Amino acid sequence: MISGIPLQYFLVLATIMFFVGIYGFLTRRNLITILMSVELILNSVNINLLAFNRFLFPHKLEGLFFSLFVITVAAAEAAVAIAIIINIYRRFTTINVEDVHEMRF
Amino acid sequence: MINYSYTVWIPLIPFIVFLVLGLTGHKLKAKLSGLIGTGGLGLVTLLSYYTAFRYFFAGGHTEGAFEKIEAFKVTWLQFTDKLHIDLGVLLDPISVMMLVVISTVSFMVHIYSIGYMHGEKGYERFFAFLSLFTFSMLGLVLANNIFQMYIFWELVGVSSYLLIGFYYTKPSAVSASKKAFIVTRFADMGFLIGILILSFITGTFDFVTLTDPNGTAITQGAGIGFLGLSVMTWSMIFVYMGGMGKSAMMPFHIWLPDAMEGPTPVSALIHAATMVVAGVYLVARMFPIYAISAPVALGVVAWVGAISSLFAAIIACTQTDIKRVLAYSTLSQIGYMMLALGVSGYGGHEGLGYMASMFHLFTHAMFKALLFLGAGAIIHAVHSNYMTEMGGLRKYLPVTHITFLIACLTIAGVPPFSGFWSKDEILVAAFHHNKILFAIEYIVAGLTAFYMFRLYFNVFWGKETHYHHTPHEAPAVMTVPLMILAFGSVFAGFIPFNELVTSDGIPFETEIEWIVAIPSVLIGLVGISIAWIMYKKETAIPDRIASTFKLGYKWAYNKFYFDELYLFVTKKIIFRFISLPIAWFDRHVVDGTMNLIAEITQQTSYRIRGFQSGQLQKYAFVFVSGVIGLAVLVIFLWK
Repeated sequence: MISGIPLQYFLVLATIMFFVGIYGFLTRRNLITILMSVELILNSVNINLLAFNRFLFPHKLEGLFFSLFVITVAAAEAAVAIAIIINIYRRFTTINVEDVHEMRF
Repeated sequence: MINYSYTVWIPLIPFIVFLVLGLTGHKLKAKLSGLIGTGGLGLVTLLSYYTAFRYFFAGGHTEGAFEKIEAFKVTWLQFTDKLHIDLGVLLDPISVMMLVVISTVSFMVHIYSIGYMHGEKGYERFFAFLSLFTFSMLGLVLANNIFQMYIFWELVGVSSYLLIGFYYTKPSAVSASKKAFIVTRFADMGFLIGILILSFITGTFDFVTLTDPNGTAITQGAGIGFLGLSVMTWSMIFVYMGGMGKSAMMPFHIWLPDAMEGPTPVSALIHAATMVVAGVYLVARMFPIYAISAPVALGVVAWVGAISSLFAAIIACTQTDIKRVLAYSTLSQIGYMMLALGVSGYGGHEGLGYMASMFHLFTHAMFKALLFLGAGAIIHAVHSNYMTEMGGLRKYLPVTHITFLIACLTIAGVPPFSGFWSKDEILVAAFHHNKILFAIEYIVAGLTAFYMFRLYFNVFWGKETHYHHTPHEAPAVMTVPLMILAFGSVFAGFIPFNELVTSDGIPFETEIEWIVAIPSVLIGLVGISIAWIMYKKETAIPDRIASTFKLGYKWAYNKFYFDELYLFVTKKIIFRFISLPIAWFDRHVVDGTMNLIAEITQQTSYRIRGFQSGQLQKYAFVFVSGVIGLAVLVIFLWK
């Protein structure tokens, strides 16, 4: 079934997801949303990796493993980020990045 | 060869005393600190006398000539193989003689100060400064190279500054100390320039090398000319400028009368007997160079000395503050010494002026210290500096009276007191060299006798003054130094200087030349008689004379307006035409440039500080835009 979909479709999807992630990362002020945007970016990269692996080197597994690594790292990163966010919330009672500006001039 | 290395302790002992008193003085009892200072000085005096005895009578000379002995020497700063600054002790006739002078006067002044400064605030500070001064002065005379001499020269200036400003709550004392420091410092600039030129052309600082009459250093630089004079002459004139500042020669004399604001023992020690003759000592130290390769500079020395002595003597006739009269008299006598050096030649009987100058330095130190200490005793008794408020004191202060009279007779050149012998040698030297200089000094001899006896009669005779409380004689601790110095003043003239202190170290014969001696005694007696007539009893003659020569009197009374001239030159000319433009340049151009740079930086940073918002998202936006921009560029430019 997946063989019926051409490569371009995957790439378009990945690009859309990537820029949605970038857009979210740049415009959102809520830390949780920013974190979700980062996840979107990572996942778009995963899609890219898998699609290229499947279409260019169908008999190899490097791309697949690589995306597994990315997922793992993303999970760890999410854990750390959420811990930081909770701490920020405790300290400032907000997770809006614009209100967290103690070090600004 | 006798070992003289112990002489290094002569300057070091006062330094140790200074440290002890300076660091722990406030914890000591006042009396104890005075005793420590005096005891240290007593030790120095003993060592100095011992050194002098050994040097002059037991082994300083070989084959009839006194040698220069380097008793101690360490290299302090090594610039090149040849050029290095040493610290050392050089013994030769003049430095050993100065050791005796300094330690004697300083010791007397220490003893005297125990009584004079009794109960003053800052008693231990006073003794600490006295020790510092003695250390510096001894280091100056013992220096074995000109740079060490310069270092101690400045130290002497500093301690003089500290002691003039001893009563630092008194504005006049503060301004006097500043004046003394600035004027001498300005002159020392010339000294430093002279040293630099001298060491540049000769490549050495060392006195023994510099002043060796057969050495190469002395003839170097003689040929190279600048403005018609050889470089050596210029350097010697610059060196002499330092001596003029320290010895208060015209036109740098203005600080000395004001320096009388310090305590009287200080005036006796620093501003009469020791520090102010440092200039004479400097010229004497460099004398072979002056005499052999810079005769023009020696002429400058002679004329500056002669003019200073004449002017100071005229001013001294009109002053009423007794310490100022003595200050101008000091100027005049130092002028004598300078003149004597200036008319001297090098070697043998030619060096008569040199010997006479050192002789007069020695006797002058004794009788001038005596005069100042006597003045101190008078001021102590009357609580005033002005002779108009004194009179008839001979009944109240018998010891001071007799010793003061001895000192006055000595300075007036009445035989057989010591002043006669030394002054006579100077006059003889001047007589054989230049008749005009001789005439000036001859007049000054008469003036000296006149103003000293004007002072004497005004203070001890004259009108009967009513005192608030009866003046009483000073305590023994003050009168004993007076008696010792009076003894020195009477008998110092019999020391055979012509056999001990000569320009080349070789003794020569002198005899009294009656053609000079008799007139000089006569004019001294004339001066005394005029003073007798005018001031023995209160008469109207002085006022009549003053009103007859109104203009001259006014000029002399106002010290020939030298202070006003200096003020005019500094305030009206230097401040207005040099300092003001420089200040403007500094404020507007130098500061302006700096302010402009700062302003530009600040403005720029205000503009761009928005970039550094601290918001990660903005950074990320810039970053992503950059990446996209680059990507677009690469894609379109790839083809």
